Amino acid sequence: MVDQCNADAMETEPVARLESISHYYGSRTALQNVSLDVPAGCMVGLIGPDGVGKSTLMGLVAGARELQQGRLQVLGGDMADSRFRSQAAPRIAFMPQGLGGNLYHTLTIDENIGFFADLFGLRGKNRANQIDRLLSATGLLEFRDRPAGKLSGGMKQKLGLCCALIHNPELLILDEPTTGVDPLARKQFWDLIDSIRAQQPIMSVLVATAYMEEAERFDWLVAMDGAAILDTGSPQELKQKTGTDTLDEAFIALLPDDRQETAGTNPKTAAPTVVSADDIPAIEAHNLTLRFGDFTAVKDVSFTIPKGEIFGFLGSNGCGKTTTMKMLTGLLTPTEGEVSLFGAPLDSRDLSTRQRVGYMSQSFSLYSELTVRQNLVLHAKLFHIAPERIQPRIDELVDEFDLADVMDELAGDLPLGVRQRLSLAVAVVHSPELLILDEPTSGVDPAARNSFWRLLLRLSREDGVTIFISTHFMNEGERCDRISLMHAGEVVACDTPAALIEQAGAENLEGAFMQTLEAAIDPSTSQGDGKVLGSDSASQPRHRRFSWQRLLAYARRETRELLRDPIRMSFAFIGSALLMMILGYGITLDVEDLPFAVLDQDQSPQSRDYITAVSGSRYFIEQPALSNVEELERRMQSGELSLALAIPPGFGKDIKRGQSADIAVWVDGAMPFRGETIQGYIQGLHFSYLKDLALRTYGAVPTLSLVTIESRYRYNQDFRSLDAMVPAVIPILLVFIPAILMALGIVREKELGSITNLYVTPVNRLEFLLGKQLPYIGFSMLSYASLVLLAIFLFDVPVKGGVLTLTLGALLFVTATTGLGQVISAFASTQVAALAATAIVTILPTIQFSGMTEPVSSLEGAGAVIGQFWPATWFLQISRGVFTKGLTFADLQYSFLILAAFIPMLTLMSVFLLRKQGR
Amino acid sequence: MESIVNIWNLGMKELRSIWSDKVLLVFVVLAFTLIVYTAGSAGSMELNNTPVAVVDEEQTALSGHIIDSLQQPWFLEPDHISFGQIDTVLDSGSHTFALVIPEGFERDMRTGRVTSLQLNIDATRMTQAFIGSRYIEQMVTMEVAEFLRRDSASAALPINLVVHASFNPNLEGTWFGGVMELITMITMISIILSGAALIREREHGTVEHLMVMPIRPFEIMAAKVWANGLIVMLAAIFSVMVIVQQVLGVPIQGSLLLFFFGALIHLFSTTAIGILIGTVARTMPQFGLLLILTIIPLQLLSGGITPRESMPDLVQNIMLAAPTTHFVSMAQAILYRGAGLEVIWPQMLALAGIGVVFFSAALALFRRHLSV
Repeated sequence: MVDQCNADAMETEPVARLESISHYYGSRTALQNVSLDVPAGCMVGLIGPDGVGKSTLMGLVAGARELQQGRLQVLGGDMADSRFRSQAAPRIAFMPQGLGGNLYHTLTIDENIGFFADLFGLRGKNRANQIDRLLSATGLLEFRDRPAGKLSGGMKQKLGLCCALIHNPELLILDEPTTGVDPLARKQFWDLIDSIRAQQPIMSVLVATAYMEEAERFDWLVAMDGAAILDTGSPQELKQKTGTDTLDEAFIALLPDDRQETAGTNPKTAAPTVVSADDIPAIEAHNLTLRFGDFTAVKDVSFTIPKGEIFGFLGSNGCGKTTTMKMLTGLLTPTEGEVSLFGAPLDSRDLSTRQRVGYMSQSFSLYSELTVRQNLVLHAKLFHIAPERIQPRIDELVDEFDLADVMDELAGDLPLGVRQRLSLAVAVVHSPELLILDEPTSGVDPAARNSFWRLLLRLSREDGVTIFISTHFMNEGERCDRISLMHAGEVVACDTPAALIEQAGAENLEGAFMQTLEAAIDPSTSQGDGKVLGSDSASQPRHRRFSWQRLLAYARRETRELLRDPIRMSFAFIGSALLMMILGYGITLDVEDLPFAVLDQDQSPQSRDYITAVSGSRYFIEQPALSNVEELERRMQSGELSLALAIPPGFGKDIKRGQSADIAVWVDGAMPFRGETIQGYIQGLHFSYLKDLALRTYGAVPTLSLVTIESRYRYNQDFRSLDAMVPAVIPILLVFIPAILMALGIVREKELGSITNLYVTPVNRLEFLLGKQLPYIGFSMLSYASLVLLAIFLFDVPVKGGVLTLTLGALLFVTATTGLGQVISAFASTQVAALAATAIVTILPTIQFSGMTEPVSSLEGAGAVIGQFWPATWFLQISRGVFTKGLTFADLQYSFLILAAFIPMLTLMSVFLLRKQGR
Repeated sequence: MESIVNIWNLGMKELRSIWSDKVLLVFVVLAFTLIVYTAGSAGSMELNNTPVAVVDEEQTALSGHIIDSLQQPWFLEPDHISFGQIDTVLDSGSHTFALVIPEGFERDMRTGRVTSLQLNIDATRMTQAFIGSRYIEQMVTMEVAEFLRRDSASAALPINLVVHASFNPNLEGTWFGGVMELITMITMISIILSGAALIREREHGTVEHLMVMPIRPFEIMAAKVWANGLIVMLAAIFSVMVIVQQVLGVPIQGSLLLFFFGALIHLFSTTAIGILIGTVARTMPQFGLLLILTIIPLQLLSGGITPRESMPDLVQNIMLAAPTTHFVSMAQAILYRGAGLEVIWPQMLALAGIGVVFFSAALALFRRHLSV
C-alpha cells in the first residue's frame, strides 16, 4: 500500500471539492445534493451498486458531463468554467466504464495509443519514448500490432490505462476498470496501478468498483447508494463503524433499514434435492464446439447436469460462457457435438421444449418501453398461459419477486437490481423446469445479489427447477452445487466448489480459479516491468487553442476506421456507381413509345391514311383498334393507352367534299408533363399531316401563318435526355452517401461511447468536426472521380468545360454535404434517428427542389425557398454548366460563391450544436 | 389459432414500442403532412413559372402583345434583355428561354412577309424546354393572327383536332406532385419502420429473447408487418383525406376504399422488404446505405417521376419486380382515372405476389442471420 496518502490530514488541498451537487437525467435523479472532498494523493474508491450515481460523479469530476447544480472544484479550478476545463484537460485522465470504452476497436494498440499521444500534443522522441515505456510497462509491447477489438478484457483495460496515462496526469479517474475481467487479470491490473502510484506519489486516483474485495486495497472509500453518499472513510474505519468483518457486509449495514431487510446475510446452500439414479438429466452436452470462421469460440465442452441442480459457469468475459449457453437454448447451432434437454436431442424448431426452459440473457433484454405489468402480461400471453390463469400467476410473481411498487413504471426506468428481478420473473412466468441464466447479477449491488440468490435457491430447492447460471463473482460460484471453470473456450475444471478449492490447495474459490488459470495460460502474457513514468515526464506540452496535430489525429483515425470497414467502403463505392447506372439509364425525360389506339368509325381510306401518319412516328405505338366508346374509356382508365383518337363517321367524305372534319383526341393527363408532351407531339403530327395532305391534293403548301419560330436548342442539340440527366445525377449521389456516412460517423461515437474522448481530452469541437470530416471529403472525392469517369466512358457524356472547375465545385459541394451530415448528427442521439432524419431531410429537396427536372425559379411556396438554400441547387448549376454548356469558372463564380458560403455556415452550426460535455 | 394470438400480442407490443419512440413518430407525422404538402404545392413538372427573357428590338404594339401573352402561371413575367445578354442568361441558368423579336417585325407582318422569330432554348431542362417552346409558338402565332385581324388560322384547316386531357383537364401539377410524394412516403416510411424495428430488437437483445420462447420466426415477422403497416396506413389515410383532398384540394376520381385496400397490399411487400434489409444489414450504417440503395431506384424508376415507357426495356422489366411500379400505376388508375377493381386487379395480384416473395425471402434469412 502506498503510504503517501494521508486522508485524515485534510489540511492539504483536496484534489476535488464537490459542494451540494445534484444531477438529473430527465426526471431521474442521479445525484442528490452531494458534497464531498476528495483527498489528494490518495487512491479513493467509490463503492456501491450500479445506477447510484458513481459514474455520474466521476463524469462530472472528469469534465465529461455538464455540471447542472452545485459547485465543483477540481485541481483548484472551477469546472463550470470552460476555459479552465480546457486547461485542466491535460492534467486529468479519464477511463470510462466498459471494456475499452474509450478505445477504437479496429485500430491496433499502437494506433490507439498514438491517437491519444497526438491529442495530448506529444511529439517526436518524447512521444515514441513515452509510448514504448507504457507498452513495455504493461506487457503490451509484443502485441502492439494487434487490433484492440481482438484483445482479452484484461489487455483492453491495460491499453485503456496506457491511453489514459500517456500525458502523466495528476488525477486519474477509473470507472469500474475491472468489471468483466478475469481474477488473474484483475490482480495484474491493480498491481500495475500500485507500481504507478509508487513512482508518482502525487498522483490522485479515483476508482469505482463493484467488487468489494478490491475495495479493500483502497486508501479511502466513498460508499454510495440512491444518488447520495452513505459514508466515507478507510476500509478499516467503515468495517469498525458497522462492526462487520467484510466490506460486503459493511456496505449492507450502511444501507437504510428498509433496504437491509431485503438483503440479509448470505443464504446458505441447502443440499440439492435428491435425484434418483434412473432419472434423465436436465442437460447433457457432448463435445460442443463452435467456430466463427477461424475463431474457435467454444472448444470441446461436455457436461451433464442432473435435474434440480444449481450448476455454475465461471470465467471472464469472452471465454465462451455466453456462447455455450446460447447453444443450450438453441439460439446457436454447434459446429460439432450435441445437446440433449430432458433426454431428447435439442431441436431449435421444437416449440414444446421452449415451454420447459426459461432463459435470461446477459444484457437486459426486456422491452424497456413497456411497463413492468405490460412486460409480464406480454410474456404470459406469449407462453400461452390460459387467460384466466394470467392474472393469478402475475399476482403470484409480483408477490414473490417484490415488484408490487413498480408495476406501472417503465421497465427501462427501473434500477438495475429491480430490473434483474423482473427479468427473472419474466423468465419463470411459465414455470419452467430448467432455467438458463447468463450473468444475471453483473452490476447488481451485494444486497440485491443476496436477495436474488435466495429466489434462485427457493426455485431450485422447493420447486425442483434445474438452474444453469454463469457469473464472474467467485462468491456466487461458491453457492452453486457444482461449477465449471471456463477459459478461452475450454472447460479447465469442473467439480463442486469445495473439491476445486481442495484440489488447488487454495483458501477460497478465487485462489483456486487463479491457480487453475495460471496453469492454463500461456506465460507469454507477461506482466511487464511496471516502469511507467520516465525522467522527462515533467515536460508537459504547452496547451494550444487550435492544434493541427489533434485535428489530423482525428482525421487519421477516422480514415483507418473507414479503411478497415470494407463493407461500408464497398457499399458506398459500388453503391454510388450502381445508382449512377440505374438512374442514368433509367431516368429519361424523353417521352417515346407511347401506346395509342384508334376508334375508327369511318373506316375509309382517308381515316386509315391519317392513322398511318400517327403510327408511323417514333413517338407512338399503335395498339389493337377500339370498337366502341366504353372500350376507349376502360382502356384509358387502366393506363394501357396514353392516347386515344376517335375518327367520326363520314370523315373521309367530308374531307373529299372540302368540309372541315373533327378528330377527337383523348390524352392521359394523370401525369401532367407527359400529358403536355403528348399534346405537343400529336399537334405537331397533325400539322405536318395537313401540310402533306395539301401538298398531295393541291401540289402546294399553303401559308398557315406568317410567323414561324426558329427554335435553337442550346447545349443539347439532339435533345438527348442522358446528356441532361447524367450531370444531374452526380450531385444527387454526392448528397446522400456523404451526408449519411458523416452523420453516422459522429452519432456512432455517441452510441459507442468514444465521444468521451471529445469531452475529456484537449481536442476542441472544431478540431473534432474538421478532423472527422476530412476523410469523408477525401472518400467522397474518390467517389466523385469514379462517377465522372462513368459519365464520360460509359454514358458517353462529354465534359465540355474544364474538369478542374468541375472538380473544384465537387470539392466545395462534398464539403457542404458532409457538413450537412454533421449538423444532422447534432440532433440525433441514435443511429436510427440519424438515418431517418438524413433520408427524409435530404431526398425531397435534392430530387424535387434542386432543379434536377425543372429550374428552381419555377418552383413555388416552401419548395422555392428550400431550393435556394440547398447546396445541391448550386452544384447542379455548376455540374450542368461545365458538362453541357462548357462554362468556365468565371461564368459560374456566383454559384461557386454561394456553394462556398454553405461551408462555414454549416461548420459553425455544427460547432454551435455539438456539445463539448455530456449531459 | 395459437399463431394468430401470438401475432396479435406481438403486434400490440410493436405498437407500444413505436408509440414510445417520439422522435420517430415526429418524423412519420412530418413525412405525411409537411413533406407531402410541400411537394404538392411546389408545382410539378408541368409548365409553371417558366423564366423567359425577351430581346425586343422592335418595341411596337405587336411585340408588346406577344410579350404580354406570356402570362402567369405558365411563365414568369418576361425579363427584357439586350441581344448580347442572351448567352449570359442562358449560361447562368436564370432563364430557360430567350425570345428575339427583330426590328421591323410588325412591318413584315403587315406586308405579308413570312418572318421567323428566334427562340433560344436551354435544352438541358428537358421537359420545360419542350413543352414551353410549344406554348410560346402557339402564343406568338395566335397574337400575330389576331393582330392581322384574320380569322383564327385553324378555322381554315380541313381537319380539326379536338384535344381532351382526360382525368386532369387542366394538367395541374399539384395533383400529381402531392400524390406521388405520398406514395414515396408510404414506401419509404414503411421500409424504415419495419427494418429499424428489427434492428432495434437485435440491438436490445430482445429478438434473442423471443427466439427462446415458443414463438415462430414467422409470427415475429408477421407481427412487425401488421403493426408497422397499420401505422403507415393510418398516416396515409390521414394524408389523403386531409392533406391531399382538403389542403391541396386535389379531386379524387375513384374509390378511396379501393386505394386504401391496394395500399394495404403494397405495405405488406414494403414492410417485408424492410425486414429483409434489416436481416441482411449487420449494423445501422450498413442498413442506412442499403436503404438508400433500395429507396432511390424504387422511387425514381417506379414510373412516378418519369414515365415508364421511356425507360430502357431492361430497366422496365427489372422494375416489374418492384412493388412501387405496380403501386404507382394502380394509384394513378384509381385516384386520377377512377378505375375500379375490374381494371386494377392485375396490379393488386402482382403486389401480393411480390409481397409473398419478399416475405418468404426475409423469413428464410431471418433465423440464420439473427441467431448469430
